[in-house]
Amino acid sequence: MDAVLDFFRTYSTTIAIIGVSALLALSVWLTLYAGQLTLGNAAFMGVGAYVSALLGRHLDTPFPVALFLGAVSAAVLALPLGAIVFRLRGVYLAIATLAFGEIVRVILLATPITGKGQGLNGIPPKTELWHIYLSLAIVAYVLWRVQGSTIGRAWAAIREDEIASASQGIAVGRHKLAAFVIGALIAGWAGGLSAHVTFSIDPSDFGFAKAVQVLVFAVVGGIPNVLGPILGAGLFTALPELLRPLKDYRDIFQGTILLLVIIYLPRGLVTFVEVRRTRQLSRIGAADVA
Amino acid sequence: MAEQLYNAVFIGSIYALFALGFALVFSVLDILNLAHPTVFMLGAFIALFVIGTLGLPWFVALPIAVLVTGLFGIALDRVAFAPLRRRGAPALSSMISSLAVTLIVVRLVELRYGGDFITFPAGAVPAFVFRVGDATFEGIRLAIVVLTIALMVVLTYVLRRTQLGRDLRALAENPRAARLLGVNVDRAIAATFFVSSALGGLAGVLLAFAYNTLDSKMGVPLELRAFTVMVVGGMGSLPGAVIGAYILGFGEVASLVYLPTELRDAFAFGLLFLVLVLRPTGLLGQKSRDRV
Amino acid sequence: MLLETVGLTKRFGGVTAVDRVDLSIAEGEALGLIGPNGAGKTTLINLISGVVRADGGTIRLAGSDITRLPAHRLAALGIARTFQGVRVFKGLTVQENVLVGRHTCMRTDVLARIVPRPRAVSDPHRALALALIDRVGLGRRRADALAGELPYGDQRRLEIARALAAEPRLLILDEPAAGMNPTESAALRALIGGLLLEGLTILLIEHDVRLVMDTCQRVAVLNFGRKIADATPAEIQRDPAVREAYLGTEAVA
Repeated sequence: MDAVLDFFRTYSTTIAIIGVSALLALSVWLTLYAGQLTLGNAAFMGVGAYVSALLGRHLDTPFPVALFLGAVSAAVLALPLGAIVFRLRGVYLAIATLAFGEIVRVILLATPITGKGQGLNGIPPKTELWHIYLSLAIVAYVLWRVQGSTIGRAWAAIREDEIASASQGIAVGRHKLAAFVIGALIAGWAGGLSAHVTFSIDPSDFGFAKAVQVLVFAVVGGIPNVLGPILGAGLFTALPELLRPLKDYRDIFQGTILLLVIIYLPRGLVTFVEVRRTRQLSRIGAADVA
Repeated sequence: MAEQLYNAVFIGSIYALFALGFALVFSVLDILNLAHPTVFMLGAFIALFVIGTLGLPWFVALPIAVLVTGLFGIALDRVAFAPLRRRGAPALSSMISSLAVTLIVVRLVELRYGGDFITFPAGAVPAFVFRVGDATFEGIRLAIVVLTIALMVVLTYVLRRTQLGRDLRALAENPRAARLLGVNVDRAIAATFFVSSALGGLAGVLLAFAYNTLDSKMGVPLELRAFTVMVVGGMGSLPGAVIGAYILGFGEVASLVYLPTELRDAFAFGLLFLVLVLRPTGLLGQKSRDRV
Repeated sequence: MLLETVGLTKRFGGVTAVDRVDLSIAEGEALGLIGPNGAGKTTLINLISGVVRADGGTIRLAGSDITRLPAHRLAALGIARTFQGVRVFKGLTVQENVLVGRHTCMRTDVLARIVPRPRAVSDPHRALALALIDRVGLGRRRADALAGELPYGDQRRLEIARALAAEPRLLILDEPAAGMNPTESAALRALIGGLLLEGLTILLIEHDVRLVMDTCQRVAVLNFGRKIADATPAEIQRDPAVREAYLGTEAVA
């Protein structure tokens, strides 16, 4: 028993980060499920992080409220962005959301209240592990159940063929926007949680590198199954820790594993945990997105 | 003022050289090669190796660096892209595999040279200045501009007048038809990657010479700007990429005058975003049509 | 009149794909639409189904102007269609495809899904989907097969089932018989006949002239975007202008 507690104590930050990464991966997963490739969720995470941290610091907002407002701010920001970019497809959408993410990062860098380049420090460690994993469980459960609902089917149809979907009565624009905004909401929530675990945040935490990392989690984990992004996040966040003995060679191993997975496992890591019931949807790879 | 202009043209040229390679791969193969900034960095470091470790002069280092990065490009394709092409994987997978390669290569370079800024050994890099009236200009930047323009001319010639160029354009239009028509697709793809990476490597060496510094992350700022350049000029259009590069170069230098330094990056991304929203096809790109 | 178009026009760049076409379909009628390749038939139905926007003219559904409405609104108003190059949702199963077709008849059930409850909520929709899958000849045993793995002819049938799932007032079929053998097109003919008996209105584009002549009460002929004839099948067959339009191609005879 002691050993288990010890384990948790040593690795609690890592476990927390895995949970947050998984939440982020799910937020990207959702948009991918609706056929949209977005690289903006790191920025939404940043918005959630900064808003919740600043509210806590300057207005003494209670933690849950701050988290909530952080997530909502991200969602509110996603609305106009989604409306503007939903006409774009594939690579263009990816680049547009990436550009947006970078613009947010730059604005964060330039605004005094955020502490600019120094970032925000001394954020109280209010997040407990159970906050993170409860959120993860709820989000994962809801997304899993939504797959089989009218909206979930509509998203899947949009991913497959937008024109045919419209002809079946699906309001494509509205549905894409919904996926986008909900994704931003989840990312913002994750950002708020993350800020109160890592004590300090700065704009570079939420830039291109992060956006790509989150995308990798989702894609490598696998699209068809909600489990995929969670696995992806888990593996690639835990990996640096597991590979610590390799020290300087860590990145090389990570890169190699990433390369091998993307080339030889078209459906992602989920291949290893295929569940019978999801056989139908699990045939879809990242193929139908980009 | 003249110095600003000179800088803008120089920066634009570097962007153009970098973006050309990037756009070439995109236009022929429809993939975003996210390892391109890596060959940029690699070119500079190979030059450093040749000069610093092998003790050879810069005019030997330059062609060696270009050649080696070109070959690296071919290897990159074999390892990261070809297997995905074979099974018809989507563009997203190629982006990620090139990302993985980047991770590996950057780390390897850092293992040898560390992650900090490095300068070339004293006197190794050609440096001369000339004065026009009150202003001072660094000669190497002029050389770079001239070289860039010369390369663009050569590339245009190759694409329009040679068999290889025709093959590449056929491949860009319709890979299946190209194969059926007898185009040696594998050779054409290898050539594409060789040229693209060689250009990227060349850009890296030249930038390193011009600033006399290099570091493992030098490709990153260029990568993001390459997106802007391609989108502004029109995805898949090579002349467009060049025009976009100079527009960005001039725009950035101009915005430096009016905007605080932190917001400098904002110009590139703001422009990118604006173009995507108002005119996604850019200046010279083709409209993609959704056929029913 | 269930559907009427007046002066409907669509231009693509310099080409006028649909040139001031007047068309009308009465409720319960089957109208055939024929014409040489490139005559503008698919563009015309793209206009009617809201996939492309008209440059001129009006479209009326049961008297209301629907010209400017987007595709998904038209689906809700009762216009369903199939596509010339089959557009099933390849990554979804047969049943899921048809359920997507039910979209306009379904209320959003997200909350019901989140709180676990027995399947009762969606049962009637699933039952209907299975019935349609049977009806078009696919067989409910295949309900869990991936649409993308079906043979071409089956994908066509799936598209029809999906279109019917919306309980449309007007069903537009774009070359449903392409690539079908005689047995299959006979089955298709029977299906269309059955649908007509149930009061469905059908607009049928086909190159299989026999199918058109056998199932449709009226036939309109397009050539170069203009309507050159609109009459009963028998009259169309005798029309010299129609013959000329088809000069060289397979027969109106």
